[in-house]
Amino acid sequence: MNRASSWTALTAIMKRDLMVVMRRRSDILNPLLFVLVVVSLFPLAVGPGPDILGRIAAGVIWVAALLSALLGSERLFREDYLDGTLEQLTLQPQPLPLLSFGKIAVHWLLSGLPLVILAPLCALLLKLPLAGWGTLMATLLVGTPILSAITAIGAALTVSLGRGGALLSLLLLPLFIPLLIFASGAVEAALVGTAAWPQVLLLAGLSLLTLLLAPFAVAASIRVSVN
Amino acid sequence: MSTLLDVKQLASQRAGRTLFADLSFTLQAGAVLHIEGENGAGKSTLLRSLVGLVELQAGTIQFFPSEIELAQEWRQHTLFMGHKSAVKAELTALENVALQAQLSGLTQVDAWQLLETVGLLGLEDLPAGQLSAGQQRRIALTRLWYSQAPLWILDEPFTALDTRGIDLLQQRFAQHIEAGGAIILTSHQALTWQPEQLQRLRIQGGDL
Repeated sequence: MNRASSWTALTAIMKRDLMVVMRRRSDILNPLLFVLVVVSLFPLAVGPGPDILGRIAAGVIWVAALLSALLGSERLFREDYLDGTLEQLTLQPQPLPLLSFGKIAVHWLLSGLPLVILAPLCALLLKLPLAGWGTLMATLLVGTPILSAITAIGAALTVSLGRGGALLSLLLLPLFIPLLIFASGAVEAALVGTAAWPQVLLLAGLSLLTLLLAPFAVAASIRVSVN
Repeated sequence: MSTLLDVKQLASQRAGRTLFADLSFTLQAGAVLHIEGENGAGKSTLLRSLVGLVELQAGTIQFFPSEIELAQEWRQHTLFMGHKSAVKAELTALENVALQAQLSGLTQVDAWQLLETVGLLGLEDLPAGQLSAGQQRRIALTRLWYSQAPLWILDEPFTALDTRGIDLLQQRFAQHIEAGGAIILTSHQALTWQPEQLQRLRIQGGDL
């Protein structure tokens, strides 16, 4: 299989996914609105004092991000499975992990990246001290690809099960725990004035590793699901 | 005459039931293999196991046994179309056709021409989800008009098509056969077109 045709197929898949989601904007907007709503509920529940809010801000934003990732996860491959696109993908002469990577990338562009952009607003709502803003955005930038990649594995595994939503959440949440610990740890470190970069770099490493391996897991899961 | 497909002693079980066992056949260039059988007899399973979508219990499948180059990249030289049409409901007919072609590795394809061929001109900017089942099927079938693959494996290609659509499709089949291709298809309808080499294979849920 030559490189040019792999590239053509990859761009075709990414273009198709982008176009489909652009026609169904609620799929992108709902998870983001969910994050905003959760974040704006906290000041009401905990009280607006900056000492408590500022300390829990990073944790709250990250938990909201995890839950919002689960919110749309079930639909990641659902339509493709139902209309036969997934079946066709497995029959493409190009390597399936490559095509899976395309799908993960589109998912991140439409769910992870908007979250990074939304982060300053969330930080403002939760009165996160300015010292932590940069680190929060950095952790989101390197951490959200992990969310997309792992969500894709779970979604591909459960796509043929019909109502796999609850199972999917149970499968995925434990896998997100390291992400949560290091991300909120990094912001915490930035707030107390110590170096945050070790945690951020660790997250970046995890992110690269996940992006490297997840496409293979997604491809294997897709093959199992269409069987 | 070259052999495009050589299948030996294929067996498949689904849910503990033997669908077929010890199934062997070869397909020559220019031949049509019509697989018959009742609902649930295992026709789709057979086609899906040929292209590797279903795991085999036993048997071997050799694509293009006489041409090593084709055999190594058989996926590229085999076209499979299942029940589901892989048409995106949100995208228009035109976008579906263009993206479909791009997935097949063609960057220069006249999507308008293809839509005219299958009789969808005038509906090109409607979301495919608003079209009828037969029209969606026609969108999917445009693949057959630019496909370079010598071997076509089609699961119920006539589903949802009207008589003119079926005639159109059979004309395309005839061209493909004439060009030295081969077709495996399942259908509950008899073909109105009579290819020169028509093989029939009947699957009867267990005993062949």
